[in-house]
Amino acid sequence: MQEVKKIPWLVTVVIFTFLLVFTAFSSRKNLLHGEKNMVQKQEAIQRFGFYLEPVNKQAGIDFRHLPPELDPKLKHIEPQIASMGASVSVVDFDQDGWDDLFFTSSRQGTQDALYRNLHNGKFENVTNQVGLENLNDSATGVSMGAVWGDYDNDGYPDLLIYKWGRPELFHNDHGKRFVNVTDSSGLPQWVNANCAIWFDFNNDGLLDLFIGGYYSEKLNLFHTSTTKVMPESFRYANNGGRKYLLENMGNGKFKDVTEQYGLNSTRWVLGAGAADLNGDGYPDLFIADDYNVNELYINDHGKKFIEVGRQSGIGNIPKSGMCVTFGDIQNTGKIGIYNTTITEKGVLVQSNNYWQPTDESSANRYPQFVNLAQLAGIDDAGWSYGAQFGDLNNDGYQDLYVANGFISAQKGTSYWYDYAKVTSGNKAIIEDARNWPAMNGKSQSGYEHDKVWLNNGDGTFKDISYQIMPDMTYDGRAVAMADLWNRGVLDVIVANQNNIPLILKNDLQLHHHWIEFDLRGTISNADAAGAEVLVEWSGKKQIQVLTDGCGFSSQNSHRLHFGLGDSTQVDRVIIKWPSGKITTLVHPQIDMLHVVREPK
Amino acid sequence: MLFESLNKSIRENVMTLKVPGVQELRELLKQHFRYVPPVFITLLLLIGQLSFGILDSYLNLIVAVCTAIITEWLLSHFVLGIRKNLASAYISGISVGILIRSPMVWPYVITSMLSIMSKYVFRYRGRHIWNPSNFGVSWMLFMAPMDVAGLSIQWGSNFLALIVIWILGLVIVNRARRMHVTIAYVVSFVILAYVRSLITGDTFMAEVAPITGPMYQLFIFFMITDPATTVSTRRGRILVAILVACVEFFLRLDSFIYAPFYALFIVGPIARFIDLKIHQPKPVAQIA
Repeated sequence: MQEVKKIPWLVTVVIFTFLLVFTAFSSRKNLLHGEKNMVQKQEAIQRFGFYLEPVNKQAGIDFRHLPPELDPKLKHIEPQIASMGASVSVVDFDQDGWDDLFFTSSRQGTQDALYRNLHNGKFENVTNQVGLENLNDSATGVSMGAVWGDYDNDGYPDLLIYKWGRPELFHNDHGKRFVNVTDSSGLPQWVNANCAIWFDFNNDGLLDLFIGGYYSEKLNLFHTSTTKVMPESFRYANNGGRKYLLENMGNGKFKDVTEQYGLNSTRWVLGAGAADLNGDGYPDLFIADDYNVNELYINDHGKKFIEVGRQSGIGNIPKSGMCVTFGDIQNTGKIGIYNTTITEKGVLVQSNNYWQPTDESSANRYPQFVNLAQLAGIDDAGWSYGAQFGDLNNDGYQDLYVANGFISAQKGTSYWYDYAKVTSGNKAIIEDARNWPAMNGKSQSGYEHDKVWLNNGDGTFKDISYQIMPDMTYDGRAVAMADLWNRGVLDVIVANQNNIPLILKNDLQLHHHWIEFDLRGTISNADAAGAEVLVEWSGKKQIQVLTDGCGFSSQNSHRLHFGLGDSTQVDRVIIKWPSGKITTLVHPQIDMLHVVREPK
Repeated sequence: MLFESLNKSIRENVMTLKVPGVQELRELLKQHFRYVPPVFITLLLLIGQLSFGILDSYLNLIVAVCTAIITEWLLSHFVLGIRKNLASAYISGISVGILIRSPMVWPYVITSMLSIMSKYVFRYRGRHIWNPSNFGVSWMLFMAPMDVAGLSIQWGSNFLALIVIWILGLVIVNRARRMHVTIAYVVSFVILAYVRSLITGDTFMAEVAPITGPMYQLFIFFMITDPATTVSTRRGRILVAILVACVEFFLRLDSFIYAPFYALFIVGPIARFIDLKIHQPKPVAQIA
């Protein structure tokens, strides 16, 4: 037998004990996980200079999302399946210079809601007045989200509603009414979609459509003959819905060019974002996939898409990709990608990603990314869905809002054990809903607080979630940001599943400066979707890209907002239009909105 | 870990090979036996990585392995005053790298350190009583849930790779003369899964599902069968395997996702302690 030497052994015991205590303490006392003490509004304003105040009632927004009702064969896990559909999109549908809001509901017989901004702090529900009522039924499907894009370049944004069902296209008749043009549009008959974006993939000046399928399009979840509807694997599922790349033919019709362009995978798409990530002038496509690795499709000059997720570094580790949004957190003038995932303590630690382009990007055939989320401190959120960057305190650095929470049912219960049990099983077990234990009112990652991360300006963020807003634990889905009341301040709108949305008015009391841009394409698509704006001031530079849909089931304001901190002058603004044209503004006036038209 | 156990049992098998023409190979294996278990687990890792992509990060694996090896070298040198074969530390490091998931690096360092250190801290009659990686992994999963998760639901459902792993696993436990442990545990698990389905109302398929997943494949082939921390008699080992399944049964009724690890964490050292108390330990070429 080997005899131990006493002193070294005692030293070992001490170190061992320290490690045991440290590991236990780090999780229990949140040593490494931020402050969770609530504070009052005034204290928050003193500490951070702003506060996010829910103003639903004052704004007159009484909308409430309801989830869909599914086939009785799926009832036992209905909250699990019918866990999405709360969306929000910001649009100035009547082009009066004030942003309006559109929410979707998902229960058969319920109404989506278009709220017109009345310019006095209030909104008016005009859904019925403009012809957007009665969109949810089992025959044509139920709404999952909406994206606005001016597909006919008439100056008014049109509306695509994607559903678990037939996507519906509405033409905006000068902001007065909407005409359903689905039948003549060439859109697919049925898609179980939780994601769609408008973008002009071939830069022909016409907005095209990407729709990402989640459940297979072969399934009708309201009348299904099979219970084999679930993902075949938790990490490598390829039995989701197909993708749709729909080319705008310019005559109100869309042509399915998905196969021709190489978007053939059938993963479970939850989010997509389009931006020119390799600097060749064509928008590339980042797709967030649930139950599999994300996909990055590089646009080969509008002729085809090439998937380079693995080569670029973003598509190696399978996580639950929930959304994608773009930011520039270090003011590098390069577009970074934020991608939410799921983290549940003790069960699943995936952590969100922030993919920063590396300096070598231009030298490589494909862009290269490195994940900075952990270093920046924006990785650990919860069961995350939507996220958006925006400079909430106008200090010149983009902050981050992330919506959290999956299913808030009975408090003190958890479906995680049941979930882990069945999802660790083989394909034959996991894909059949019959094998999934009944939820029986259990929560799963419920009652989670949304995350608000304040950019420290040094590449790191501070978690101020519990100080900057009241303690609210809805099941957050879509997040959008907009200057709702034209104050030069970004407000936050969150659509919550099976609940009311949050209209978070930003009570900013710092006297920082700002500048906003509203871009109008002439040669490019009228929305200027895909345009990049680079603002340079006081030795800083920040880039933003204009998107018609990003995040999770959401769309930000069409205007791009930049905080400037204490700076009283912007040196230069460079606008790169999708057509390739460049507009340069020298010393533009600050603290105002600039409407910029693309030079012809 | 099963691989950790191969030192003795495979050596015995190699010594008794009767196939003509393998004499040279037999001698070679005898001379370099210490490299066989690490090669086995590396092979498994490669299969898992190439087919499933089981590793989230090569860096984490490398950190876990290096930490385990360095810790073992330091402790064997300073605490025991010997130069120890580092193969078992390599295996423990790989086990840690596979079995825990964390977006941070430090949990891999600490789990590896805890695993190896447990061998030197908890000793009875000159032997350690916990399976090292079972100790480290169980502790971190239970006590540091904000920082780590397990492999539980993070593997694919590729049938081919699954079959390869099962075949490899069965071959190895057979060679290690621990097939009876694996069989006793699997049969107990399946029977108790049926009993659980009667109690919970969930389908039998739901209850039996975990054993078709990767965490259990590692557990039943490579952890519960570890000779260094199992008892000395065949009957005793079967009894321990059944007891582990029974404890796991109750833990599962209380919704512990990592029930098998915790069950072994509880039953293993108690059984080992009793066994060492009753039977004078034989000299065993210790790997784990």
